[in-house]
Amino acid sequence: MATATRRIVIQPVTRVEGHGKVTILLDEDNQVTQSRFHIVEFRGFERFIQGRPYWEVPVLVQRLCGICPVSHHLAAAKAMDIIVGADQLTPTAEKMRRLMHYGQTLQSHALHFFHLCSPDLLFGFDAPVAKRNIIGVIAEYPDLAVQGVMLRKYGQEVIKATAGKKIHGTGAIPGGINKNLSIAERDTLLKDIGQMMEWSRGALKVAKDYTVEHLDAVADFGSFPSNHLSLVRADGALDLYHGDLHAVDAEGNVILDHVDYTDYLDYITEEVRPWSYMKFPFIKSLGPEKGWYRVGPLARLNTCDFIDTPEAQAAFEEFRAVTGGKTNNITMAYHWARMIELLHSTEKIQELLDDPDLQGTDLVVTGERRDEAVGLLEAPRGTLFHHYKVNDRDEVVMANLIVSTTSNNEPMNQAVAKVARDHIAGKAEITEGLLNHVEVAIRAYDPCLSCATHALGRMPLEIQLLDANGNLIDRKLKQ
Amino acid sequence: MTPEAPGVLILGYGNPGRLDDGLGPALAEAIQARSLPGVTVEADYQLTVEDAAELARCGTVIFADADAAGPEPFSMTRLEPSSRPLSFSTHSVEPADVLTLAVELFGAEPEAWVLGIRGYEFDAFGERLSERARTNLDAAVQYLVAAMSAGKFQEVRPTGGINRPDPTGEEDPWQTDSA
Repeated sequence: MATATRRIVIQPVTRVEGHGKVTILLDEDNQVTQSRFHIVEFRGFERFIQGRPYWEVPVLVQRLCGICPVSHHLAAAKAMDIIVGADQLTPTAEKMRRLMHYGQTLQSHALHFFHLCSPDLLFGFDAPVAKRNIIGVIAEYPDLAVQGVMLRKYGQEVIKATAGKKIHGTGAIPGGINKNLSIAERDTLLKDIGQMMEWSRGALKVAKDYTVEHLDAVADFGSFPSNHLSLVRADGALDLYHGDLHAVDAEGNVILDHVDYTDYLDYITEEVRPWSYMKFPFIKSLGPEKGWYRVGPLARLNTCDFIDTPEAQAAFEEFRAVTGGKTNNITMAYHWARMIELLHSTEKIQELLDDPDLQGTDLVVTGERRDEAVGLLEAPRGTLFHHYKVNDRDEVVMANLIVSTTSNNEPMNQAVAKVARDHIAGKAEITEGLLNHVEVAIRAYDPCLSCATHALGRMPLEIQLLDANGNLIDRKLKQ
Repeated sequence: MTPEAPGVLILGYGNPGRLDDGLGPALAEAIQARSLPGVTVEADYQLTVEDAAELARCGTVIFADADAAGPEPFSMTRLEPSSRPLSFSTHSVEPADVLTLAVELFGAEPEAWVLGIRGYEFDAFGERLSERARTNLDAAVQYLVAAMSAGKFQEVRPTGGINRPDPTGEEDPWQTDSA
């Protein structure tokens, strides 16, 4: 074929161990026969922390990811609570941790929406890439761009007030926390909370209006039926910090019904596939073919029954109404769900700042020492699993982590496959439309390749097109 | 630091858990320990968009990072805003991106510099600097303290190092070079 001689030269990328790569295999008629989203994984962190004392782990795991260190910090701390026998934290400790976590969710969701995905929504998937970026947003929607930065900054200030420093943050310790929230810190945060609520409502409106107005176009975009999994509070409420494992299928039928997450190995396992370093988790009872599931904002709104803050609950009801109360399998609905969670996080921060328990002085509890523990929470991108074993010398001897992006591995592959089938259209080249659509589909999941690869750095995306014989016929990379 | 008294902001970034990638935070720690007047120091795993808001409140900003391929012991390069879009899906941004956001969103006009400290070991987990990286760090700290004392910064570009892409990267985000 004529394009078989075309060669794309890729500039080397330095200091990046992890990156995403899409390969699309065509048959002799240039129809898609296979597509895969690979992540080059650098695993070694679990070994790195072996031999370290367990009380260092909540600090050390923050090194996993510069994007969501708080999620790893808190998941590890929850596991270490069990190690030290702290079955019930003090109200001050639990609420400080929750405040930290909502700050993390707020800043993470704000950054993703305003600076990474809003260009797709504001300008359309087919807009030139030169315009479809944050610089374009600044030019046409400067207020929105500023709000994104300031929401993110506020979330970081919440983290700083609860966790201490940005690096080596030590807010959560085994059995509790090491500081409460001072009156001065509380008042500083309260001063701006009204503004943050207003901007959160505005962001939700952008996401909702876009989805509803373009429902015909987005309903099928990179979409597919799937299972959904998350933690859910015992009464069915959305809870980002703690709950039971709960999973539903594409129709809303319950697969896992509020099971204890410390028994996760009874329900979840990971498949290794020869073409990818990243594992593929699935629900054991359904097997690898049918048991894979989505995590993150869309999954959480599919698994929970309600949200315990009034404005997010009202938004949740509108969200569920779009699919008649049934499971929402629309990939692009992740953005709307994410902004409902953004508003929920802001409401939760406001609620917590008004709670005098944050000024309590009973910070730590301990109990009977244990040698194995599991800690889970709902990180911004989805369910995060931390599992440790500790010997009688207090050294970590085993660690196993399943990060959100790993759980979304198969769903992202499904999304890419759908987009490839819909947009290759018999062409043996990587068109701008294909590039844009693959990028948009993956971005809906807000993948954190740093987490998945356990490496810090930028996350370039590479797309390869292979002919029927496996020969490379086109290749592009976005830094 | 206040808008009435713009000073120097030092942003040291990198992962202290990845060996020499911790050079930026190590420099921040060393400068912080000196408690220099008019100098604000921040350390983080990576740069983020909200750093742009901080730039709006300073007269000079220095982005301090490990450099895997630059000259020894360090380089000091003047930075200009970039027109390059932020990258595909990362939540990490480059110094030029932060500067651009500061200029475009907040009307900031800081004098911006990139301090690249040469490191050598990045491909493992570990909380230590290599011996050579520590030597380079000491030289960078010595230079920076003297420059801040004099109130003047200038380009430092020792010979050596490996050619690498322009950090301000004005290239097409989708790199396609058909042959």
